[in-house]
Amino acid sequence: MTLKLFTLLLQAAIATVGISLVSIAIGFAIAILLSAAALSRKPIYFLPARLFISFFRGVPLLVQLLLIYTLLPVIGINVPSIVAAIVGLSLCTAAYQAENLRGGFESVPIGLIEAAEVTGLNPRQTFFRIRVPIAMRLTFPALVNEAIMILKSSSLVSVVGIIELTKMAQDLASSTYLPIPIFASAALIYLVINSVVSLVGRFAERSLGGASA
Amino acid sequence: MMFSPQIILEKLPEIGSGLFVTLILWIVGIAGGVAVGFLVATARRFGGRLINLVLGGIVEILRGTPFLIQIFLLYYGGPFVGLMLDPIPCGLIGLTIYSAAYYSEIFRAGYAAVPRGHVEAAECLGLTRLQAIRRIQIPEMALIVLPPSINLAVILLKESAVLSIITVPELTATVSAIGSQQYAFLEAIFLLAVIYWVIVEVTGRLGRLAEQRLSRLRFSKA
Repeated sequence: MTLKLFTLLLQAAIATVGISLVSIAIGFAIAILLSAAALSRKPIYFLPARLFISFFRGVPLLVQLLLIYTLLPVIGINVPSIVAAIVGLSLCTAAYQAENLRGGFESVPIGLIEAAEVTGLNPRQTFFRIRVPIAMRLTFPALVNEAIMILKSSSLVSVVGIIELTKMAQDLASSTYLPIPIFASAALIYLVINSVVSLVGRFAERSLGGASA
Repeated sequence: MMFSPQIILEKLPEIGSGLFVTLILWIVGIAGGVAVGFLVATARRFGGRLINLVLGGIVEILRGTPFLIQIFLLYYGGPFVGLMLDPIPCGLIGLTIYSAAYYSEIFRAGYAAVPRGHVEAAECLGLTRLQAIRRIQIPEMALIVLPPSINLAVILLKESAVLSIITVPELTATVSAIGSQQYAFLEAIFLLAVIYWVIVEVTGRLGRLAEQRLSRLRFSKA
């Protein structure tokens, strides 16, 4: 295990972090809409949203990635495999984040919503100014957990040929016959990244004023 | 554009054997994980600071790294330290270790979560120590531990698909191989997704049913 190999792993870790962050951000945007739809009383909104959430939470990410990777070209969308990987991770995390947010939305005290209405906010304002911020603060710890899940799950995009930390480790291990030091180093890098995310999350949680609404 | 029925019927035995391997991996992963996880949580609670620190460190490593990396380390790294494992035993061991780390955290929380006041109240009401354990502590702990345990069981089923990467002949490996042979990869993956989805939904529903029964037990007058 040389410094050069470790540097290669670190470079690949940048791809892991990049792919994960982009997927979490896209997933979050989709999740807000998805959770609002899932909480709607109209079946045309809540049925598809719940089906989507149930499907992406019920199927292994590996299978989702294979599905999206083969489905996109068939329906005429030819994109680089990195895009397919990000689409897969984003849709998956969107379903999990939507379920978290749904819990958050349901825990927003009804009194606050009524107060907003009495103050003269319209439903749209009530949603974006009262319910979304409070639900986000309530579900922030779950979001940090989900970020860590996605950082770990992003190792699966190695299967569709993306060069990130796991794929790099795999390639180096087979070309150098040093699987133990290389996979152990990759594990260490994942561990450090996840610890940093967890620490930053805890710090941010404190500056958000904890989970109290 | 689904699989034609003949292909499914023809390949049913193969799909069945893949499903069988997945279910075995799943059940062993849960059972082994619960057993080892319970031991780890108990040792951490009663075994002193050093044991708590060491086991806690191992659990954090297992929870902070991808399952795929752990499996690669075991499967490709094992032979270098004299641990030659075939894919299936490697998958069983890997899944059990992974599962044990997460179950140990669930039990740790379970130990901490039964309110002391409830045990004291039982004693004040004249229940014997054994009755208090049987009627109060175990049901309450089960109720606390059950929802995250079902959740984890579902996660383990999905993680077991990762074992296809080290050629364990489980559901994902089997069905995607059939798809490649039949030039019907998309249909095969679709079928695969539906099978997992059904198992996960059924498990979730059974879990909720068990929760309801247990919560009735909790508030029963007996």
